[in-house]
Amino acid sequence: MTALLAVSLTVVLLAGLGVVMTHDPAAQCVVLGVFGLSLGVLFMVVSAPDVALSQIAVGTVVLPLMVLLAVRRAAQHTRAEQDPKHPDPQRPGSDRDPS
Amino acid sequence: MSRGARGLLAVAAALVLAGLAVLACTGLAPLGATRHPYRDRAVDAAVRHVTANVVSSVNFDQRGLDTLGEETILLAATAGATVLLRPSEEERRAGRRRRDVRPSAHPPPGVLAVTRFTGLVLLPVSLVLGADVVAHGAITPGGGFQGGVVLATAVHLMFVSGDYPALQRMRPVSLGEWLDPVGAAGYLLIGVAGLAAGGAYLADVLPGGTFTDLLSAGTVPLLSAAVGVEVAGGVVVLLGRFLEQTFEIGEA
Repeated sequence: MTALLAVSLTVVLLAGLGVVMTHDPAAQCVVLGVFGLSLGVLFMVVSAPDVALSQIAVGTVVLPLMVLLAVRRAAQHTRAEQDPKHPDPQRPGSDRDPS
Repeated sequence: MSRGARGLLAVAAALVLAGLAVLACTGLAPLGATRHPYRDRAVDAAVRHVTANVVSSVNFDQRGLDTLGEETILLAATAGATVLLRPSEEERRAGRRRRDVRPSAHPPPGVLAVTRFTGLVLLPVSLVLGADVVAHGAITPGGGFQGGVVLATAVHLMFVSGDYPALQRMRPVSLGEWLDPVGAAGYLLIGVAGLAAGGAYLADVLPGGTFTDLLSAGTVPLLSAAVGVEVAGGVVVLLGRFLEQTFEIGEA
């Protein structure tokens, strides 16, 4: 029991470090999902299945997906702003006349 | 602030936090200890109210008011995100124009056939699982919050399997915009019913029934279902707003 707890705590620690050390935000979403899953396992180990269920549903699915979508949308916006002379048909408003 | 100063500040803050965390944890009862005053009281109260899942008894009965606060936070967050992420008229026009010029490929490139198939198979399974987790919240681990999130993510398996148009045709966001406040209002009203019949807001006024029966635990399953409806609606609206910004306005 104590060994299992030590292992799952260590995995949480390493996954948390992984989230902080990952610099590319898109890759960070995936590591964040792994971190969420490791927390879910830890909650199962300390006999809290209700919290583990919430953690797995929110921490490994909804939160990383939301961050991923926000990162992707922000990247579209940055690309559209950096390249105003060459209108990209994929970007919003880039096909508008500047006048 | 320079990089060195920031690092120093981070290390100092981490040390303070670590010290406080150790201080806080040394006061806790050890894991698996036999003496646990709060557990004894919570389990007693749960058994008195015929609620097999003590955690649900704490969430929806003993601390029902706290859950009311939490689900109101979700409702407020969803409303706030909807206001912030709503597309401007200009963005709508640009999105429509691009879709007319370059309609999105169907099925979209890069989605494996096995991914599409798995999404299709898991969609009904996940919906049933979500409903099951909500319905059995009072007797097994789970409840409205967990089941609601499962229900909301189940719908988005369509997005994972590359069928965003089908997801849009289902219009889960319009439905979610109704479900979210309806669930929150349901919780409030069950609380008012407790006030009218039991003399206290959120009082457990329904008969307890038989221990571990699906319809036991008084108002707990009703409150759990209300939270399930609210959370499912709220998460669908939240994810829908993010998806809309990324795939309807950002790219066609």
